[in-house]
Amino acid sequence: MPDETIMDGLFGLDGATWDMILAVITALIKAFVIVNGLLLAFAYMTLTERKVLGRMQARFGPNRVGPFGLLQPIADGIKLAFKEDVTPRQANFWVHMVAPMMALIPALIIFAVIPLGPEMRILGQPWTWYVAKINVGYLYATAIASVGVYGLVLAGWASNSKYALLGGLRASAQVISYELAQGLAAMTALVLAGSLNLYEIVNQQVSSGLPYALYLPFGLIAFVIYVVAGVAESNRAPFDMAEAEGELGAGFHTEYSGFKWSMFFMAEYVNMINISALATVLFLGGWWPIPTDAPGIIQGLGPIVFLIKIGAFMFMFIWLRATFPRLRFDRLMSLGWKVLLPIALVNLLLTSAVVALWPLGVWPFAQ
Amino acid sequence: MVVPRYERRETVAFVEVKSPPPPANALSGAVADVTALARGLGVTLGYMFQKPVTIQYPEERPRISARHRGRHELERHDNGLEKCVGCELCALACPSKAIFVEGAENPPDAPVSIGERYAKTYIVNMIRCIFCGFCVEACPTEALQLKKVFELADYTRESMIYSKETLLAPAPKREATDSWMPG
Repeated sequence: MPDETIMDGLFGLDGATWDMILAVITALIKAFVIVNGLLLAFAYMTLTERKVLGRMQARFGPNRVGPFGLLQPIADGIKLAFKEDVTPRQANFWVHMVAPMMALIPALIIFAVIPLGPEMRILGQPWTWYVAKINVGYLYATAIASVGVYGLVLAGWASNSKYALLGGLRASAQVISYELAQGLAAMTALVLAGSLNLYEIVNQQVSSGLPYALYLPFGLIAFVIYVVAGVAESNRAPFDMAEAEGELGAGFHTEYSGFKWSMFFMAEYVNMINISALATVLFLGGWWPIPTDAPGIIQGLGPIVFLIKIGAFMFMFIWLRATFPRLRFDRLMSLGWKVLLPIALVNLLLTSAVVALWPLGVWPFAQ
Repeated sequence: MVVPRYERRETVAFVEVKSPPPPANALSGAVADVTALARGLGVTLGYMFQKPVTIQYPEERPRISARHRGRHELERHDNGLEKCVGCELCALACPSKAIFVEGAENPPDAPVSIGERYAKTYIVNMIRCIFCGFCVEACPTEALQLKKVFELADYTRESMIYSKETLLAPAPKREATDSWMPG
C-alpha cells in the first residue's frame, strides 16, 4: 500500500480508511488474476495432458489448431460454449444447474490462501504473493475442498440417471475415505510446523533449510500418502471411480453438456492444481531453495520455483493417468481404509512423539 | 496328386500363464508391488521420448504396398489400343455385381482394342465394389488393374459410378516412342 502521508486527507478520508480501500482493491485485483490464471492454466493443462498422453502412447496429440496445436484450448472453448445445453426432462432443474457451480467455485477460491512467494517489497512498497494470510489456512483449504464434493454428489443425484447416481455415490464415498488419510498426512506437516498458517509452514521449512518431505522417514511417508490420497481426492486416474468412463458412461457428469460439462472439467483440473499447490506448501517447502529474506530480485524467483513444483505435480498426474489402469472400487476403498489410513495414523503418532521429545525444533533424523 | 486346399495348423487355444510365486511376507510383497508400479511408469516415460508412429496423413503420404488394391484402371497397349476385349468375365467374377460391360464389334477401319471386340460401355460402381480383386484375376488380357490410388471419397452417389472415360488409362504420347512408358 502506498505511503500514508500521500493519501492522508484525500477526498476527506484519513490514512487508515485509504489503507483499507486499497487493501480491498489489491485483493480484488489479485483474485481476478488468480481466477483467470487458474482458468488459463486449466485450458492449457488440457492441451498439455492430451499432448503428453499422446507422446506416451507413441502418437502426436492435438497439433492442428495453430502452431503445435497451441490454439486447441480456444477451439475447444468455442465449441463447448456453442453446444446445446441439455437438461434431462426428469432431472431436478435447479440442482442440475447449480451442481457444476458447486464444484467449480470452491476449487477456484482455495487458491486464495496459497502463498506463492515470500513477502517482499517492490519499489519500496510491501507486496505479498497471496490474497489472504489466514491463521487456519490449511483448515480453510480442506473445508472448501470438501464443499466441492457436493457438486459431484448433487450432479449425480439431480441428473436422474443411474450412471450419474452411481458416479455421485462413488465420488462421495471415495472422497470421504481419502480425506481422512490426506488430512492425517497433512497433519504430520502441521505438527512439524506447529502452525496451520500456510505461509508460516513454508517459512519454517525455508528457514530450517529442508522441506518436510525430506524429514526422513516420517515426512516422506506422509508426503507419499498425501500425494496418493490427493490423486484420489481429485478423482483422477487410476482413482477416477466417479467418472469411470468404461463402466459408468461418464459417471456423475453423464447428463451434462456444453458449458456445464466444461465447468466440471475446470473444477477437476483446478482441484489438481490446488492439491499440487497444497502438497508444495506442506511438503516441498513452497519457494524452498529461495531464502525468505533474500534480496528482492532473488525473492522474485520464489513464485517461479513454486510454479515449477506445481508443474512437476501436474506432470505426475498425467503420467499416472497414462500408466495405470483404474482400480476396482472395493480395492480403492480397502487401499484407503486398510493401508493409507493406518500408516498415516501411526506416522502422525511417531512424528508427534519425536516433535514432543525434541522440543528444540531440530529434526534428529534429518541429517 | 491331391493338394489340400487349406493347410491345417495346430493352434494353441490356451497359454499357461505362470503366476509369480507368492511373496514370502507382506513387506516383500509390498516392495514387489511398488517395483512393478515403478516399472510401468518407466515404460510410459520411455515411450514419451520415442518418435510417434503417427503418419501425418495429408502432408505425409502413407507407404502403399506394391500389391495394394485401390482404384480400377483399364490399361492400354503401348500403341495406344485398349487391352480390354469386352469379354465380360470381370462382370461375371464380381461378387458384388459392381461391374457392367457391354461389348461391341471393333470397327475395322479404326479399331479400339486389339481383338475382334471391345468394351463399348464399361461401368464400375465404386459404392458396390469391395476391392476383392476377382475382376483382375478373371481378366484374360490383363486389361483391368487395381491401382494404388485410395482417396476415392466424393460428395454424390452419381459421381461414384465410374464410366469408361474415367477408368481408362491415359493414351501414351506418340512422340516418345523409344522410352518405356509405365502404366
